[in-house]
Amino acid sequence: MRASSAPPALRRWFAAVGPVDRVGVEERVAKFTTRSIKKAAKVQGLKLAVSMVDLTTLEGKDTPGKVASLCRKALRPHDDPAVPPAAAVCLYPAMVRPARRTLGLRSPVRLASVATAFPSGQTALATRLAEVRRAVADGADEIDMVINRGAFLAGELTRVRDEIAAVVATCGPAALKVILEVGELETYDHIRAASCLALGELRPGDFIKTSTGKTASNATLANTQVMLEAIRDHYLETGVAIGMKPAGGIRTAKQALHFLVAVKETLGDAWLTPARYRFGASALLNDLVRQLEKERTGAYPAPYAFSEAAESY
Amino acid sequence: MAPPASSRRSRRPAPELLFGDLWPYDPAPETADPRIRAEYDLFIGGRFVPAADGTRFTSINPATERPLTELARGGPADVDAACRAAASAFPRWSRLPGAERGKYLFRLARLLQDRAREFAVAETMDNGKPIRETRDFDVPSAAAHFFYHAGWADKLAYLAPGRTVAPLGVVGQVIPWNFPLLMLAWKIAPALAAGNCVVLKPASNTPLTAVKLAELLQEAELPPGVVNIVTGPGATGAHLLAHPLVSKVAFTGSTEVGKVILRSVAGAGKRLTMELGGKAANIVFADAPLDQAVEGIVNGIFFNQGQVCCAGSRLLVQESVAERVVAQLRRRLRVLRVGDPLDKNTDLGAIVSREQRDVIRGYLRAGVAEGAELWQAPFRAPARGFYVPPAVFTGVTQSHRIAREEIFGPVLSVLTFRTVEEAVEKANNTPYGLSAGVWTDKGSLILRLATELRAGVVWANTFNKFDPASPFGGYKESGFGREGGRHGLLDYCAVA
Repeated sequence: MRASSAPPALRRWFAAVGPVDRVGVEERVAKFTTRSIKKAAKVQGLKLAVSMVDLTTLEGKDTPGKVASLCRKALRPHDDPAVPPAAAVCLYPAMVRPARRTLGLRSPVRLASVATAFPSGQTALATRLAEVRRAVADGADEIDMVINRGAFLAGELTRVRDEIAAVVATCGPAALKVILEVGELETYDHIRAASCLALGELRPGDFIKTSTGKTASNATLANTQVMLEAIRDHYLETGVAIGMKPAGGIRTAKQALHFLVAVKETLGDAWLTPARYRFGASALLNDLVRQLEKERTGAYPAPYAFSEAAESY
Repeated sequence: MAPPASSRRSRRPAPELLFGDLWPYDPAPETADPRIRAEYDLFIGGRFVPAADGTRFTSINPATERPLTELARGGPADVDAACRAAASAFPRWSRLPGAERGKYLFRLARLLQDRAREFAVAETMDNGKPIRETRDFDVPSAAAHFFYHAGWADKLAYLAPGRTVAPLGVVGQVIPWNFPLLMLAWKIAPALAAGNCVVLKPASNTPLTAVKLAELLQEAELPPGVVNIVTGPGATGAHLLAHPLVSKVAFTGSTEVGKVILRSVAGAGKRLTMELGGKAANIVFADAPLDQAVEGIVNGIFFNQGQVCCAGSRLLVQESVAERVVAQLRRRLRVLRVGDPLDKNTDLGAIVSREQRDVIRGYLRAGVAEGAELWQAPFRAPARGFYVPPAVFTGVTQSHRIAREEIFGPVLSVLTFRTVEEAVEKANNTPYGLSAGVWTDKGSLILRLATELRAGVVWANTFNKFDPASPFGGYKESGFGREGGRHGLLDYCAVA
């Protein structure tokens, strides 16, 4: 069922990818939250989570100075050298150049830029592609695009798919993350269908991502699970491994560990790496560091003991 | 999704997921104190008394094979004493205002909640089931049953509108080892709410939480003799159910023993309810939400190590998705954690006893000998304890023993079907009829199967869901009478 086949009606596509039972998937993910992660497993999980954070600032009031501060935080989340750097910083396109200056050319932290008229995607395709081209030219390693939700819900699946394919082609060497904006897709059936649609267009090293963080509902264990299962099915059928990025709403270390349990028990060890799994978050990073400190010293340090990423600006 | 590219597949191995040790979970043992005494006596007439002949038996922890505690071995004389105590308590107890009886039941429910951790650990140590289940299911459900029936105690006038209900007298109850505390709650709570007095015999493998509950009965200041608990071997249970003072017999256990009991009490004018074995079909249609169906299959047969009378031990899966469902099931079973029941991350604990483990192993051998294909999840057995890793048989036919007999262990038999009619026929082709599961996205199919399946419970797109308000019981050789809800309560009443 590739792009060359007849335009798939929404109905037919749903039949092809199969339904999702809401009660069942929510029951499944509730079990992840009862896993007890202690001692060495906790420390390892927390460090792994730090290394997976896409440290994000996506605000109208962002400035080069704030972005520089964010980059420094991503490079060195805490004084303790045992804490690894974050996976990436995630910014608006206008901030890519200043961020590149701070990170340098050989940075352990990757530089991700949202593009395609984030967060709504409501401009002409040519405009969106131009934005992608510019962000890559300015030095972005990764592009976070939004899908055309209006077209998806209206049943114009071919259009959604072709637009993703066009962005993939425009990205060049940059990795692509396709944001489904699950809050606007509303049902698990839609989330699964949209995931499968996007997966077919992506290259190894690309990601699918839950949300922009700009709508009321963001990443949950359940909608992330639906996407993980789509990634699993795609991998088993084609051998192409796509990454996953839940974004928005993951604020505590405990939540992050539950998300990692879901990865471990759904996709297995090969996805427990920043190359295939990311957290789109900002406040999460300091909570992870705080829990690591607590494991190291046995006591919780005060909040002011940790450097702020960008919240104070 | 791209269609499977068979030409590409032939050149390199099919992609598979890796569930390894990159990020292992550390042991996370539950540490609450189960407060187990070295010795327990019988609970008769509100007091703890040793067995008349002074003998005792040992209960062991099936996960370690080490002794847990010593219990009085009740015999015929003790059963007689317990029945007399219950009979003498009956006139006062049955005439108490319903609200007063409800008060005791509410008290029991709350005491059980207060000491939930302690009871969960004790149950896990006695039975071998994982702490995750005793903590999240057994103990909360037991408390919920006391709460639910406490609410009924003063509303019996509304139980059978236009008619009057009266208690039956002394109820003899014999419960199995798979859900020791929960089955006790299922039995005692409705009996007391309706105004009966009880003599209960817990299973000899798992008597611990029953005698611990006797301590709660004392703490709740339940009038002496209203509930009596006699621990001992199976023969003691037979004495109890045949005792002339017992006017109602409630038994949960195997169909084999149920038949023996029926013969022994025939013609004695006793009321009977029997909740016996099962061989439930879990039917998965091609349009089902497959990931959730796989989860339901796992929950259906591997919950409590498969030692569940309503376990979904026969998977009927539609031909066109059979291969995919089985592959997905195996993948899921590789992350099911088998081991120390007290570890909070354990999904599958120990089998209740050496005998039961050997029975299960016997069925595994029988399945292989009859030509079915056995797959077991990779598993490193602990040095001690009775463990069986999850087992899936494919290529099973209706005539295989593993498809006909109740195994009572973590063993799933997979059969396929082509049409709805075939699914119904295969599902009903069993002497049992306790439960069934249907997985489909199509509502009309669910309604149709709910009427055509001869089973007491039909779960749709879920499995093993229980509620105190929902009656539970069987068709055919799975027994008669219901437990839970209005129907269950009516089985403890004389309706005039």
